[in-house]
Order: sequence, then C-alpha cells, then structure tokens
Amino acid sequence: MSATAPRTHFFSTGLRRALSSRIAATLAYPHGVDRYVEHFAPTFSLNEVRAEVTAVRYQTDDSVTMTLHPNGNWQGFRAGQYLRLTVEINGVRRTRCYSPANSVHAADGLIELTAKAHAGGFVSKHLQQDLQVGTTVGLSQAEGTFALPETRPSRVLLISGGSGITPVMAMLRTLCDEGHAGQITFLHYSNAAKDQIYAAELAEIAAKHPNVQLLRGYVEADQGGELSGLFGRAHLNDAVPDYAEAQTFLCGPPGMMKAVQQIWTDEGIAERLHLEHFTAAPVVVDSANAEGEVRFMRSERLAKNSGGTLLDQAEAAGLKPESGCRMGICHACTCRKTAGRVRDTRTGEISDAGEGDIQICISVPVGTVTLDL
Amino acid sequence: MTAITKNTFSSLTPAQFTAIGNEFDAIRNRMRADLGERDAKYIRTMIKRQRQFEVAGRVMMMIPPIWPAGVAALSVSKILDNMEIGHNVMHGQYDWMGDPSLNSKNFEWDSADTSKNWKITHNYEHHTYTNVLNKDHDIGYGLLRMSTDQKWEPRFLANLPLTVLLHTFFQHFVAVQNLKLEEVLIYKTKTGAQLKEEFKPVWKKMRKQLAKDYVLFPLLAGPMAPMVFAGNVLANLARNVWACAVIFNGHFPEDVEQFPESVIENETRGQWYVRQLLGSANFSGGKLMHIMSGNLSFQIEHHLFPDIPAHRYAEIAPEVRAICEKHGLPYKTDSFARQTLSTWKRIAKLSLPSGKSGTVSPRMANEKVAAPMALAA
Repeated sequence: MSATAPRTHFFSTGLRRALSSRIAATLAYPHGVDRYVEHFAPTFSLNEVRAEVTAVRYQTDDSVTMTLHPNGNWQGFRAGQYLRLTVEINGVRRTRCYSPANSVHAADGLIELTAKAHAGGFVSKHLQQDLQVGTTVGLSQAEGTFALPETRPSRVLLISGGSGITPVMAMLRTLCDEGHAGQITFLHYSNAAKDQIYAAELAEIAAKHPNVQLLRGYVEADQGGELSGLFGRAHLNDAVPDYAEAQTFLCGPPGMMKAVQQIWTDEGIAERLHLEHFTAAPVVVDSANAEGEVRFMRSERLAKNSGGTLLDQAEAAGLKPESGCRMGICHACTCRKTAGRVRDTRTGEISDAGEGDIQICISVPVGTVTLDL
Repeated sequence: MTAITKNTFSSLTPAQFTAIGNEFDAIRNRMRADLGERDAKYIRTMIKRQRQFEVAGRVMMMIPPIWPAGVAALSVSKILDNMEIGHNVMHGQYDWMGDPSLNSKNFEWDSADTSKNWKITHNYEHHTYTNVLNKDHDIGYGLLRMSTDQKWEPRFLANLPLTVLLHTFFQHFVAVQNLKLEEVLIYKTKTGAQLKEEFKPVWKKMRKQLAKDYVLFPLLAGPMAPMVFAGNVLANLARNVWACAVIFNGHFPEDVEQFPESVIENETRGQWYVRQLLGSANFSGGKLMHIMSGNLSFQIEHHLFPDIPAHRYAEIAPEVRAICEKHGLPYKTDSFARQTLSTWKRIAKLSLPSGKSGTVSPRMANEKVAAPMALAA
C-alpha cells in the first residue's frame, strides 16, 4: 500500500496532465476529453465536480442520508455551506441545494448529505425512494456565506429546525474534530423524536464532549426532549441565558427563523446572528391581481401572467430554463430581463423596469415582463 | 407529378387543414409527454457506440493489415456523429433532459460546419420554409437547379457534375452555405468584405477539424502518417457522400413538391404540416439503415416533428400514414435506390432549360428576402 500509493498518484497526475493538454483537446475536438473518458470512468471530468454515491442509509422513515465520493475537482467546503446536487430522474436532470452535514476534517474526503422527503418534494422523494449506490451525480462547488468563520468564535449557539439541522451539524462536527474548547449549545427542534435526524449521533457527541450542551425541543408531547413546544424566548431564557454573548448560527423553517430573528433584532444583537434559509417562504400566488403577460423572447412564447414566479410560468409554458434551488440561493436560474418590473418574493421589493439579470425562481412579474429566455 | 400534389394542397378546405393540424399536434403532444428514461438511454448508447467506433477506427488505421477496417469504423463514427447524434441533438430533440452535453445550445459536431450556422440554415430556414423556393437554401444549395420554378441559367448545364462535387465536399459546402457564396460570385449582391467577415468563424471551425484529421492524427501515427491521412480523407468522403445522398432523397425525388413564396403568407399550422408532408419523402430500410441515416429515412415524420427524438419516428410513422390516408394526402416512400435514382433524374432533367420557365429569379429573391436559407435534414 505504502509503496504503490505514490506510484498510483504519480500515474494519475501524469494521466490527468496529459488529458488536460492542448493536444488532447485537439484530438478530442469538438466533443472534449470528458466526453470520451466518461464512458469508462463516469465520475471523471477535467473541470466538473462529479461524485459517486457510495452509501445510502435511512435515519428516519422520511429521510435519506447519502455518502458521496467526489472527484478531484471538489475543492472542499466550509462548515455551513451548501452545494447544488444534480441527479437525473426519468431522463431529466434536476438540481437542488443541500448542505453537507459532515465535518470538514473528514479524513476520507467523503461528503454526507441528508434529504428529507417532504410532500411535493419531487427530487427529495426520488432520492429517498430510488437512489442507488453507484449512481453518478453532479455537484457544484460549495457556495454560500453561511459558514463558521475562519477564526472560530469561542461561544457558539447552533439553532436549527427539521432538516435545517444539516449545516449546523457540519459546524458541530467540525468544531468537535478541532477540539474546540469553548461552550457549544446545540438547540434543535423537530416534530417528534422518530422524525429527528442525527439523533443518535448528537447524543453520542454530547456524551463525549462536556462543552457541548444538547437541547432538543419537540412539538409533540412526551418525546423526552429537554424542551417542549415551538421555539420561544422562554426556551432561551431558561436554557441558554448567555445567548447574547454567543455567535449564533440559525437554519430552519421560515416561521422559526422569523421568531429567532425578531429576538436578536429587538435586542440589538443581530450582527451576532448568522442564518441560512433552507426553504423559501411560500409564494402567495395572487392570480386575481396578476396583470399583463410574460414574453419569452428567445423561444418566441407568450403567456398570460398567472401571478406565479417567472420560473413556474416559464415551465408552465413548456420551457426548460436552468434552475436549481428554486428559492433564490443558487443563481442557476439567473436570466436577463429585457423589460418590465418584477417583485422579489422574499423581500417584496419591486425592481426597476429596465434591463437586468434576475433570479426567475423568486421573481413574480408585476405587469408585462419580457425575458431573454 | 408536381401538379398532382399542388391540386392536393388547394383541394383541402380550411376545416380539413385545422383537423389535420389538430391530429398531428395530438401525436406531438403525446410524444412530448412520454419523453423519459428510454430516450435518454437511447441517445447515450448511440454516443457510446460512436465513441467506440471512432477510437477503434483511429487506432486500427495505424495498423497496416487492418487499415480498411479502421477506415470503415471511422466512417461509421462520423456518420453517427453527424446524423443520428449531431443533427438530432442540435434540433433540440434532447433539450428536455437538461444535460448540457446534449443541449442544442452547446452541442458541436464533427463537421466543418459550425453548429451555430447550421442552426440558422437548417433548423430555422430549411425547417421553417421547407421547399419554399428562394427561402429554403437547401434547394440546390445555391449551386444547383432543383425546380422548374428556378429560372434556367447556362451554369445549370453543369447540374450533374456539380451534384457530384456537392456530394464529395458536402461538409465544406454545408459549412459555407450560410455565407451564400452565389450572392458574391454570381449575383453580386454581397461584397467580398462582407464574405470575409462571415467566413471568420467558419474558418476557425474548419481549421480545428483539418488540424485534427490531417495533421495531428497522422503525426501521432509516425511512419503510418500517410495511411492515416488517406484513411481520414476516405472517412470524411464516405460521410459526405452518405449524408448528402440521405438529404437529397428526403427532399428531391421527382414527386416531392416545391412551393412558391406565396404559400407562407398567413400560413396556418395545419397548412404548415401539409407543406412539410408534401415537401418530404421517406425511404425504406431496416433498423441499421434508419440509424445510419439519423432516422431521416423518416424524413416526413422528421419534418412534422423536428424536435421529437428521431428514434421514435418509426413508432409514429403508421399513425402519420393513417392520417394521410384519411385526408387523401400522399405519403411518399420508396426504396433508397429508387429515391436516389429519381433524385438524379430530376437533377439531370433540370440541367436543361425545359419545363415551364421560372417566374422568380434567384436574384430578385435575394433582394427581397432578408433572412437567408438552409440545408436539409
């Protein structure tokens, strides 16, 4: 092993260098080197990040935890960041955002993602029901500013709800791997004990690390958690009285995030709160007041404004624009608007009427809008 | 022959056109809704085979005793690349998959023609204005006289030898098709400077193709360089002749109709379908013939449904035929050999100033038509 490893490494770097040479590019023109090599090494790519699914396990009835072995193009991530995962379902590629839940120090270089199959979640349902070990998936590099700062804060409060646990799980595991000396509070909410992902591992970590305080809140009664009911100021006051001193990292459903944000804003400590939306607030489709039409210039289609997001309207018109998170995070759907005003579903902000790039998954037309799509 | 189909076109009532349009739309919608795993698997398998033939062909060409097998394999690879893969992917038949490597926007093929120019001359001009004289540049490629409505000029005496030339250098003719050379050389409606500018991207692509086939691979073969060079010439030639023949058979057999520009004014969807039907012809064959022709053996189905994956045309064909029978429309199909013979007979006849004289000269058309024209599917 020790003798062959450097030789294998030498061979693979040499091969890689040859394959990325200009000569290889000319020989493989116009299709490119990847398009030849991928037929016998599906995860190989000169530039793209691809990964092989090496393990699939089920922590709860409605979730799936997958282990991915990324190719050499993966540059790693900062604990808390997300990536875009692309899978093919019935011949069609679908992209969604997931946050790795593993420690950034995992020695095997593997990525662990957990998805909850929620009602209407086309991709998460597929992952939960059909994902097979050995499947090749596409990945983006890690993205997002929600991450542990390089200089680790000494007092850390991690608050999460439901499957929003994954980015803060990565933070907790990373800090524990680093032998973090400061106090860490892990405050997590879920409906019931049977729905909670990472339950066993959290208990184990808390038992092993005296500086980790684990607080579990369950919405349903008699679940055995340290807290009961939804998040509220009382939980903070009773269980985490020094919360104002901590750097707090928050990821959960919209209602819970709003409640937490309110407290931090009221107390003037909002700069110590870092957050990640993992589900978009539901878009209120106001079809009654929708006016004008949506013009898809390049595809020469026209649709009456339905009041939904431009992404939904484009898809309803039979177009297949690129898209990813569908919640305004990943910018995969960014598209040129050549005329018209749009409303940002997250902020309610109305754009100007001129030309500009917009994220169509979180943009609702206000009157007639023309897209270069 | 032409007269019969023209009567067919004018004998249909608006209600019939609407009915025909709806019936074809129904097939199209059903197919689109059914796209999935099967189609993805099909095109990926086809690409895998093409890559295997290509790599095997290029390697075998460097080994003297199996050089002929190498030439054959590379010819097959180039034909698959252009016909069943490139042509069909660039039509957007697989855009729904969301795979960037199978997207019509990104795909580039093993041909001197740039995908960008091809999508203009072919997808837009040829498929929109199929067989409309002066709008569909595939009618003779600005080189040949393919219709009695095309005014005879002395240069058309060379119709037959020029057709041979077109087959031989097909990829390069297609590559420069969008430049409309005849506008510079014959009709003087375009300047040399304009041409030079338009030729730049074409040359960029041609150069890479030439470098690969005629410099790099021969060099790689060392002492076998001349053989590899010659093998690549032959493989490109085989692809050129085959592709050109398939395309000619799809639109130029004698009973395939061409249309005056007036038909496209206020043309309805139903009329568009009927024009596609009358302007195309199929040829019969086995599964291999269909694959090697990029399923353009189902040229009729392809023109009715250009963005439906071509491997499905065989399934659609009986339904299309039934619709034709129901409405008394001709469904033109024959063997490859007979369609080829018929095409060459037409080309030979039209080299002479026979038939009715044309009313629209190409020169007038060039002045009127803003959009240029295209190549065959």
